[in-house]
Amino acid sequence: MTSPAPTGNGHTNGQTNGQTGWNAMLARVGFIELDARARAAALLDDGTARELCGPFDRIESPWLEPQDVVPASDDGVVVVRGRLDGRPAVVIAIEQAFQGGGIGEVSGVKIAASLSLAARDTREGAPTVAVLLLETGGVRLQEANLGLATVAEVCSALLELRALQPVVGVIAGSMGCFGGMSIAAGLCSTLIMTREGRLGLNGPQVIESEAGVAEFDASDPTLIWAIDGGAQRTGTGLADVLVLDDVAAVRSAVIEAAGRGAPGEHRSRRLRESRTRLDAVDPADPPEPADLAAVWARAVPAEGDRR
Amino acid sequence: MQTLNFEFPADRPAARRAHVGVVGSGDLEVLMTPQTTGTARVRVRTSVDGFDTVWRIVLERFFARHRVAGAFELNDSGATPGVVTLRLRQAIEEGRS
Repeated sequence: MTSPAPTGNGHTNGQTNGQTGWNAMLARVGFIELDARARAAALLDDGTARELCGPFDRIESPWLEPQDVVPASDDGVVVVRGRLDGRPAVVIAIEQAFQGGGIGEVSGVKIAASLSLAARDTREGAPTVAVLLLETGGVRLQEANLGLATVAEVCSALLELRALQPVVGVIAGSMGCFGGMSIAAGLCSTLIMTREGRLGLNGPQVIESEAGVAEFDASDPTLIWAIDGGAQRTGTGLADVLVLDDVAAVRSAVIEAAGRGAPGEHRSRRLRESRTRLDAVDPADPPEPADLAAVWARAVPAEGDRR
Repeated sequence: MQTLNFEFPADRPAARRAHVGVVGSGDLEVLMTPQTTGTARVRVRTSVDGFDTVWRIVLERFFARHRVAGAFELNDSGATPGVVTLRLRQAIEEGRS
């Protein structure tokens, strides 16, 4: 798991398209195999990580114990300040092992407050980049309404910060990023995914239970990854960069995205493009997932700020 | 969910606090805070009810051997006795330096 740090051999090419040689696969150190705290530290420059609002501050969810659920001392969100290739940065990492990365009142506010503080620091002359590690099923059902309210706060703080500094999102694991937090993912300046990562507003099981197995067969992993998977999401421009699940590859992709700054026009502002794309798909006769990228490329020819 | 409290005699205070583990399936988190009270005070919150005796035996055995004084908060998500012992050892090792 946390085997010795990789040396040289083949990871630099791991970030470009996720399709790399077997030696890169062997030399890699799995990013998603680390817990949230270790992932945040692994992204930041050595020795610069400093956790805010950590376990010993004991700001845990007050709503779980009354519902017979064991709380976590950090409520499943780890906030770490530090430097990213020399730049002041804050990494906000969601722990997918705790309640499926579900966002509750406390964890959501931790994310929103961190983004707001980064925006404040930036305005006060200390530009601070934010990195979101989005391994989450969305709002935690035990805190439904409060969770939804905090997701709105997260999105609003993200919009505030992204006007000033890049907000880089990473979806690395097969848990993926769904529900309200997928909206936050869609607002990021740059969204980085692995092939194993998944992104969607409604998860496969939700779609199946609401619309039936004919609409989406949640027991078919090939179908799920053909639609929600990292390769498809980057191929169709709903995410930006596909990386290998490797600490060095993810870190260098994050540094590159932070250095590139905000895109000319954020994806979430390109409404005309999104409408044209929607118009190009007939829901009664949808294209095969593998053909979607081509359908959309025909509908919306590539422009300057498309990456 | 069940909350259990234990106290064991202990005479070696930890040098510093330590946090290890995650409240995820089959795992637990341990928060250890040094105290000079001469006891190890353990509070367990576990997702699995009815294992009071197993917890007592596992913890009794651990603290008979290690005698680390302090407050131990365990947030458990169904860890086996082996995992519990490993996480406790990890916590006292991190709290040693």
